[in-house]
Amino acid sequence: MQVNEQTGFVPTIVAFCCNWCSYAGADLSGTNRLSYPANIKIIRVPCSCRVNPIFFLRAFQRGADGVILCGCHPGDCHYTTGNYYTRRRMTLLFSMLDFLGIERNRTRVEWVSAAEGQKFAETMRSFAEEIAALGPNRRLADLRCREDAEEGRDEHAV
Amino acid sequence: MNDLKDRVLRMSGSAVIKCMRCGKCSATCPSYDEMEYHPHEFVYIVERGDVEKLTGSESLYKCLTCFACVERCPRGVEPAKVVEAVRLIAEREQGKNRLKPDDIPALLDADLPGQALVTALRKYTK
Amino acid sequence: MQKIGVFVCHCGTNIAATVDVKAVAEALGREPSVVVSQDYTYMCSESGQNLIKDSIRDYGLTGVVICSCSPRMHEATFRRAAAQAGLNPYMVEIANIREQCSWIHKDKAEATEKAIILGRAAIAKVQHNTPLIAGESSVTKRALVIGGGIAGIQTALDIAEAGFPVDIVEQKPTIGGKMAQLDKTFPTLDCSACILTPKMVDCAQNENIKIYSYSEVESVSGFVGNFTVKIRRKARYVDEVKCTGCGLCTEKCPVKKVPNEFNLGMDNRRAIYIPFAQAVPKIAVIDPDWCNMLKNGKCGVCSKVCTAGAIDYKQKDTVIEEHYGAIVAATGFEISDVSRYDEYAYSQSKDVITSLEFERLTNAAGPTGGTLLRPSDGKHPHTIVFIQCVGSRCTPDKGKPYCSGICCMYTAKHAMLTREKYPDTEVYVFYIDVRTPGKNFDEFYRRAVEEFGVHYIKGAVGKVSPRADGTLDVQASDLIMNEQLHISADLVVLAAAIEPSKTARSLATMLTASMDTNDFFTEAHPKLRPVESPTAGIFLSGVCQGPKDIPSTVSQASACAAKVVGLLIKNKLTGNPCVAHSDELMCNGCSNCANVCPYGAITYSDKEFRMPDRTTKTRRVAWVNPAVCQGCGACTVACPSGAMDLSGFSNSQIMAEVDAICK
Repeated sequence: MQVNEQTGFVPTIVAFCCNWCSYAGADLSGTNRLSYPANIKIIRVPCSCRVNPIFFLRAFQRGADGVILCGCHPGDCHYTTGNYYTRRRMTLLFSMLDFLGIERNRTRVEWVSAAEGQKFAETMRSFAEEIAALGPNRRLADLRCREDAEEGRDEHAV
Repeated sequence: MNDLKDRVLRMSGSAVIKCMRCGKCSATCPSYDEMEYHPHEFVYIVERGDVEKLTGSESLYKCLTCFACVERCPRGVEPAKVVEAVRLIAEREQGKNRLKPDDIPALLDADLPGQALVTALRKYTK
Repeated sequence: MQKIGVFVCHCGTNIAATVDVKAVAEALGREPSVVVSQDYTYMCSESGQNLIKDSIRDYGLTGVVICSCSPRMHEATFRRAAAQAGLNPYMVEIANIREQCSWIHKDKAEATEKAIILGRAAIAKVQHNTPLIAGESSVTKRALVIGGGIAGIQTALDIAEAGFPVDIVEQKPTIGGKMAQLDKTFPTLDCSACILTPKMVDCAQNENIKIYSYSEVESVSGFVGNFTVKIRRKARYVDEVKCTGCGLCTEKCPVKKVPNEFNLGMDNRRAIYIPFAQAVPKIAVIDPDWCNMLKNGKCGVCSKVCTAGAIDYKQKDTVIEEHYGAIVAATGFEISDVSRYDEYAYSQSKDVITSLEFERLTNAAGPTGGTLLRPSDGKHPHTIVFIQCVGSRCTPDKGKPYCSGICCMYTAKHAMLTREKYPDTEVYVFYIDVRTPGKNFDEFYRRAVEEFGVHYIKGAVGKVSPRADGTLDVQASDLIMNEQLHISADLVVLAAAIEPSKTARSLATMLTASMDTNDFFTEAHPKLRPVESPTAGIFLSGVCQGPKDIPSTVSQASACAAKVVGLLIKNKLTGNPCVAHSDELMCNGCSNCANVCPYGAITYSDKEFRMPDRTTKTRRVAWVNPAVCQGCGACTVACPSGAMDLSGFSNSQIMAEVDAICK
């Protein structure tokens, strides 16, 4: 589990993986026993273009500290063009997050093919490290959704 | 992993574990016949962790650092860098340089290849 | 309210060693709607499946969550089991606690916690699942084989034998591929042409097979059972119907200095040519880069000598469109470029050749008529050095990271044949490892050493230097003797790495088939589905999937044909019910979804709606054709009104998973 060593903070990370490339890449990193932090949980989607930017916001709202989306490499999409849509949509989402003042590093889009188990594990490790260093997501989290809501509110009051 | 091996790996930046034992590094080594341990043996011995075996060997000083082995290694192992790292360890262990740059002119002879001079400078200016 | 059953698999110790399966089953049993939660050693075994089936019946389950291996592995198995127990198969969800949990984590507490969360996410998803019924689509009973080498030929013949029409698209003017260039084949030493050319003729004569030679696939659309393919037939400038293959034009053509690619440029051909004597189809082709008539309108000799009147300088490329149910990629391989390895002096000396060039030099139909002669001076070589692993087994920046798989054996063959035919020739083979894992392979290699006296030296060649007297100085290491060698050789043969055809990458993009980092096609499962691509309806035959020799290629080609026939014999294919659907009450008819759909699955129609004020209003609304939709979900995100959703991966299902994970 990726922990921020100074604060003891364990981030919650959601990874969306397309069924054809990245989910298979994640399976491959499992088959090859390449470890990555346990606080990353993968959600399988048919294609990266299935991921509505709203899902990212929902995850942040519900307390995720980082969200990563993995799809096939450009040009290799199982559905031919899906990842191109993803790229555009996520670019827009990220610039919106910038505008809102949310750390852009909390989100990431990566292309991982079914043969890149190694890359998948490395990507996940580096993303988890980055999120652990960034600390908890407080700006977008709906504080009512968290058990530590009281604590959170106090901090904001200060 | 023992300390010496660790140091060699760190100093050389070479991944000896990638070696597939083809021997291409030793195939064109110009100092091959002079050496007790040949480039491929350097790599293998470091991989096994017997660095002490090498630090005492004269072979260290036979390497011309011509980098033919580095150039040709199909696995990117860079044997010359391994040799150089072991050599540095040997020199540092003795606490002083075996040779001072100022002493070199006196030791020059006509048969000395020009490349040896260049590499000597490369070694001692590190 | 759903009644959900949770089944946690131990997978022997694969899961149970790092995940406390009992604790997972217990924790998930406390989740809302879960009425039964059990664990079992092997859920995919018959008794494991029976456990699931019995629970579905006993508890009247409406949803099932299985915590096991990847859904890519056994989702189909568990869905089938559920269907057998009367539950809609799409009410089954898998939590991947093996590949994405137990296998990557070492700490038991951590892995157990993660497994529980993954299980919770799956339960949360099932709460929103709805029964789905798969639609059906038709199958076009015709197959396309891309590539006409031995792999493509064998696949096409086997499909045709089973009674289905099959088309071969070959880039070159003739089928036959690399095997047509070989002299003998290991380990039996049959003559390559003698076993290949009858198969080529079979292809030409089989009424189920149509050969599109000198053609390329230009585009592919559609999906399994219903592909539409555009094929570019390049202009040959020779009428295929009229040409009799007499070859008179190829003798009279005045342009004589065209490097002959069939002999790898070691001799010349004319501007109009037939690649080799046994070419299929045996039809001449004009090389537009060399033909004087095509370049500057001066010549026309071939047209004058052709008694059939087949020459047509005005011919243009044509593009034809065909429909197929299945597509086979059989694009084969090329020899990688060895000139980048300066130390072997390939570009400096004519006497440093690749093994394929050696093959042509020993072939009776080759540039020397089968007598082994040095390319530089036409003399007999007396010392030959073979160098193994040239460009194979390298780090990616230095060459190919894989073993090319065939070089050890063909080098043993070359060495053996040379010693047999020219006993006065000394033959040295420099090897790193000799890899002979095939039937009668090691025996063959040992014969080369023991009976034919080939010198096998463990070590690598570091440098080949051409000398003034025409010999080559080969400097190498002998690792067993621990010495450096110099051999004065007359001929050096490089076992160059093989690489996938340059056209494979663009083809993979057209087929939406995935490739690995070396541009070999990826198979659906490396062990259990080795001849299918992960993309339904696309099959793999031969070296395009990975290096292999002729026996393996032919076996794979036949296996591939069996899979194709298995698909074509079906009258209907069960589709994937996880497709998009539009809520017409919410649809505003904006066309965003139709614009992003890569399959053209969305159409619009005007529909009458009753408004709250009891008037009727006609609105334009989207409709998704479930037979055409492939379920990517691009439209669901493009839809501004939220009318579009994807069955099996609906907004509510994914959100539920997100919530469960973030809780």
